[in-house]
Amino acid sequence: MRQDKEEGSVNLSRRLLLTAAGAGGAGLALGALGHVAYAGQLSEPVPSDRIPFYGEHQAGIITESQDRMHIAAFDVQTEDRQELIELLQEWTQAISAMTQGQEIGEGGALAGSYDAPPTDTGEALGLTAARLTVTLGFGRSLFLDGKTPRFGLAGKLPEALIELPHFRGDMIEAQRSDGDIIVQACADDPQVAVHAIRNLARLAFGKANVRWSQIGFGRTSKTTAQQSTPRNLFGFKDGTDNIVAEDTAALEQNVWATKDSTDQSWMVGGSYLVARRIRMHIETWDRSTLGEQENVVGRLKGSGAPLSGGDEFSAPDFAMPGRGGPIIPKDSHVAVVHPSAHGGARMLRRGFNYTDGSDGLGRLDAGLFFIAFVNDARTHFVPIQRAMSASDAMNEYLRHTSSGLYAVPPGIQEGQYLGQQLFESA
Amino acid sequence: MNKFLAPAALISLAAMTLTGCTDNTTSAASGDGTISVVSTADACTVSANQVPGGTLKFNVKNEGSAVTEFYLLAQDGLRIAGEVENIGPGVSRDLVVMAPAGSYFTSCKPGMVGDGIRAPFTVTESAGGQSVSADRASLQKNATDLYSAYVKDQSEQLMRGTQDFADAFAAGDEQLAKKLYAPTRMHWERIEPVAESFGDLDPILDAREADLEKGEAFTGWHRAEKDLWSPAGYTKLTKDERSKLAAQMVKDTKELQSRTTKLTFTPDKLSNGAKELLDEVATGKVTGEEELFSHTDLWDFQANLEGAKIAYEDLQPLLAGTDDQLDAQLKKNFTALQEQLDEHRVGEGFKYYNQLTATQIKDLAAGVDALSEPLSQLTAAVVK
Repeated sequence: MRQDKEEGSVNLSRRLLLTAAGAGGAGLALGALGHVAYAGQLSEPVPSDRIPFYGEHQAGIITESQDRMHIAAFDVQTEDRQELIELLQEWTQAISAMTQGQEIGEGGALAGSYDAPPTDTGEALGLTAARLTVTLGFGRSLFLDGKTPRFGLAGKLPEALIELPHFRGDMIEAQRSDGDIIVQACADDPQVAVHAIRNLARLAFGKANVRWSQIGFGRTSKTTAQQSTPRNLFGFKDGTDNIVAEDTAALEQNVWATKDSTDQSWMVGGSYLVARRIRMHIETWDRSTLGEQENVVGRLKGSGAPLSGGDEFSAPDFAMPGRGGPIIPKDSHVAVVHPSAHGGARMLRRGFNYTDGSDGLGRLDAGLFFIAFVNDARTHFVPIQRAMSASDAMNEYLRHTSSGLYAVPPGIQEGQYLGQQLFESA
Repeated sequence: MNKFLAPAALISLAAMTLTGCTDNTTSAASGDGTISVVSTADACTVSANQVPGGTLKFNVKNEGSAVTEFYLLAQDGLRIAGEVENIGPGVSRDLVVMAPAGSYFTSCKPGMVGDGIRAPFTVTESAGGQSVSADRASLQKNATDLYSAYVKDQSEQLMRGTQDFADAFAAGDEQLAKKLYAPTRMHWERIEPVAESFGDLDPILDAREADLEKGEAFTGWHRAEKDLWSPAGYTKLTKDERSKLAAQMVKDTKELQSRTTKLTFTPDKLSNGAKELLDEVATGKVTGEEELFSHTDLWDFQANLEGAKIAYEDLQPLLAGTDDQLDAQLKKNFTALQEQLDEHRVGEGFKYYNQLTATQIKDLAAGVDALSEPLSQLTAAVVK
């Protein structure tokens, strides 16, 4: 959002960083600016729009949800373990640079050989880091080709990295689903997110290629307590009851793989990413009455409060009687997927609205690119999706067109590469 | 309310009217004429108790802690002139009702129990304003009676047709079964929202294979379709399997038919049903996904369109004189879409979906959208 940039005038642009480096340091460059606009804000030591890359967990999970996303799944062409590791090392280096607002490669976009293509593609020059995070995960097919282990990873496949089943009504397109490696790039500036995926794809040529990719233009969840609840393309607030970064207990219970919850030591501190491209029949939805829309969702369109009353964050009262059944209909979305109907299982949802042009019949190909992080899809996604596909009134307006599940390894320290725990675990 | 209790109710109402009857006529509706109602556990505060006739709009706010309802009752205290149900705590809902001059009662029913908290309410002759037919309620009843009869007729024909289809299919007479498939399904498709309202019967009679989870039995019309127009690599059903499938279809359709005789309808069910039929065309038929193997999607299209048109025609008297513009628009667009579809008629049927060009499909989709938009306005027009 533009507002972020104005507020964060301290944000160092790539060009500024370059200049600063050339002149011997960022402090000097900032000092040299001598600009009124920067004056009051110099006290902030780290530009607010750079998300630290290193840490216990990968960034881009509990990071306050950015506004844009470009996600891509890669298939690994090489069967050589060392080559795969080299790719992950190269990617790690590039990601650590891009998330800090820097160009990638030795010469970057402009300073390399005149007779060679630039190592950075350049479209992010002059832009800030825009809170870019890049999150990596491994699909089941990275571990196994049918039943044959790949890359010497026999015995390393987590039990929780299952093949997602076919759910009722699924219209899954294989060419939009699965993949060996998932790369989720999120940023507040779409160009920064696209730049990240584009440059990682470029580094991968010869070792891995893009299987599918998807752009999301607007966040559909709140992942911190103070973040506002956004709306999805049905016009309803989405992610009201999401797990937020501050709720460490809920994260431990539902999101992070722990010693107790995973059979693979390399996954401790990691998570699982579920991806579903859910097309919305927005034209028929738009023709449904407000009454039907609210009964389908189980919440008020304006405030987001449950139909049983209160405000957005009031707990729904599924027992409150209404005429002809509970006031929150049993087949409403909130009743079908609510944690109380699933033994308390919750997901950290981090999806994005998408529009991919139109479908040739005069309708927008639009919907929700659903992303959730859970510690085990067998308990935290499959039962909930199964219930939804069986009895959610919202199904009338939805079509699931892609499906994917990926093991997201934990974060790393400086000097390590993403996924190193997998390749070096005993 | 039980008729037997009516006199007692009348007496209590009369008593209430007497005791509450000081000279307190208020006509304080808001600037746009909206009458505000606040419902609490023990009060029903209405901002006006006398308004000019025409289209009345009540905004009912529930300030209690249980679900409430609001009624506008006729002078007899029994007949419902308008109602709004399921108003959750803290929620506001509108009731729009066309009321002719006369004496009424307003009534809030917090907790949905008892006779409600009632107060007299007067609608005066509107000075040069909108005149309202006194028998709007009877027009609504007429519409639902007509539609109810239509549903019964279609489900009877569906039953007979299914029996004939099942006989041919079980006997292995593929030629006859294929001939009967699409015309018989039209009876289902004409009343599809009704059929789909039986959540247990719909999947076993009309599910497509993708609608099922692994391990669930694939039965009903589309199983028979796949067997008749079998794709490459498909293993055909044995004679026994065919007989079993056919017998199940007959049994389930009988159950469906028997349940439809017990259904009751309201005007909004008709209008929303018409909208849903067009939704079905938009998402399943015009995309060719309903009849993946037989490609008889245009038969279904025609039947969905007919079913929607019947609902509209049954409701049409409620539009006449009150929303002529919508009426004219619907009439025009129903005709236009039918003409478009007629271009694809072949003999007694239609072209198969896979014989249509991309341009023809896009044109049909645009026609569906053109009708669907005004059709989505029908509910608000007929419930008042």
